[in-house]
Amino acid sequence: MVATWTPDQPIVQCVEVRKSFGALEVLKGISLSVRKGEVICIIGPSGSGKSTLIRCINALQPISSGSIQIEGIEVTDPRLDKLALRRKVGMVFQQYNLFPHKTALQNVMMAPIHVLGQKRAEVEARARALLAKVRLAGKEDSYPGELSGGQQQRVAIARSLAMRPDIMLFDEVTAALDPETVKEVLVTIRELAEDGMTCLLVTHEMNFAREVADHVYFTDRGVIVEHGPPETLFTAAKDERTQRFLSQVL
Amino acid sequence: MKTAEPVHRLAVLLPYRLAPTRMSVRISPLSAAILCFCAVMAASTAWAQTAPTMLSPLQVIVKWSPLLLRGFAFNILISLLAMLLGTVAGLGLGLALLSQYRLLATASWFVTQFFRNAPWLVLLFFVMFLVPFQITIFNTTVPLPDWIKATVGFALPVMANVAEVVRGAVRSVPSTQWEAAESLSFTRRQTMWLIMLPQCIKRMLPPWMNIYALVAMATVLASIVGVSEMLTLTAQVHAAEGGRPELFAPLYGFALLCFFLYCYPINLWTARLERRFRVR
Repeated sequence: MVATWTPDQPIVQCVEVRKSFGALEVLKGISLSVRKGEVICIIGPSGSGKSTLIRCINALQPISSGSIQIEGIEVTDPRLDKLALRRKVGMVFQQYNLFPHKTALQNVMMAPIHVLGQKRAEVEARARALLAKVRLAGKEDSYPGELSGGQQQRVAIARSLAMRPDIMLFDEVTAALDPETVKEVLVTIRELAEDGMTCLLVTHEMNFAREVADHVYFTDRGVIVEHGPPETLFTAAKDERTQRFLSQVL
Repeated sequence: MKTAEPVHRLAVLLPYRLAPTRMSVRISPLSAAILCFCAVMAASTAWAQTAPTMLSPLQVIVKWSPLLLRGFAFNILISLLAMLLGTVAGLGLGLALLSQYRLLATASWFVTQFFRNAPWLVLLFFVMFLVPFQITIFNTTVPLPDWIKATVGFALPVMANVAEVVRGAVRSVPSTQWEAAESLSFTRRQTMWLIMLPQCIKRMLPPWMNIYALVAMATVLASIVGVSEMLTLTAQVHAAEGGRPELFAPLYGFALLCFFLYCYPINLWTARLERRFRVR
């Protein structure tokens, strides 16, 4: 297919995305779009399909019907070069998923060297700068097992950033962290957003969504119940389900 | 805040813990050596009642030990080569087991199961009698001596067992590692070689050493097909000394001692590594 995408079009465009696991339909027609530089938060109760959606966007799971386009490339295309697609998309997981046999610095350097074939010296300088940016200067030679959850998650963010993605996906990245360390990770994401990185987050951090997001989607049982800018969604939710959820978590 | 030790009011089934391999009786290599020495000595008393012109069992062992030990070195050589061959082939077979190509994975599953569940001696016979004693490649005739064929015969079960170890170790890595690698655009092959296998080496080491100790002990099977390894030589020495019955125990005891002193430390070390890697 001919890529006719231009930067003023949405980076991510989901149209009527449906996804079933056997008889269970977890996504029942999700449509959303993310434009360049936007920070989008998806909130909602557990089991509402938020994480599944974000994994489908990264082609980690196939969708049953509908369409997901990343910069105009159809993710559902069977001839899709998934690896090429994923170079545009950075992903950070709830459980960090660092490579335990490599140091923080090596974790960040691996993909640019082996996947993009970039020069080691150049990559190393960039990796050190990225670790400094996520406030981990001095931890370059630590192994993941020696780092706290918050530190590991920041290494994971640096690792994704090293691939210079156009968009970052965050899948409940603070859900497994201690309350004290949640903040340091959120600060890192906020700084990223302020630098103009396009971010799509699935999160339970309502204050973060309220302060940083440009647009918030509320999902429940596989559908988008309501969406809008945070100031209206958080203060003047129209749907009864949204109101109930927000009253529980705020 | 740390909570106090939980008090179980209800009967709780504690999580099952896999106990590491442990020798039921702990013998240090030194005391084992002393034990075997005593056995040899005891046999000498039997000799004391026979004609004095004959060599004592100990003298026989000392006299023939250069030959016997050369035989033992041959056993070790065969075991090392079989292990090398089997490990390389087993790594390939293990990766084929993990392949996403259904046909390849199934075919290698059959190969693995076949060689894992066949008696080593039968495999050895097969290789000995099916492989010609020489092969001709581009007008060059390469002789295939018996011991090389035996090595191949031992390498086959090693291959299958190593393949299973590789498969099990890679499978034991959490699937989230695959996802993380995938989302960073690593190809499957890169993920395997850069991320999975390096993480698995520690896990694979103890079972791999276990296989080696088994191969080392199994090499004496080669005596059945006529390879001049230690057991063959022991039988020949026994015959050369007139087949005296009182020599039987000391001579074969010497062979046992050699294997014990070689394999026991390996097993000891394996058990230690297992204990160390169990954590995590």
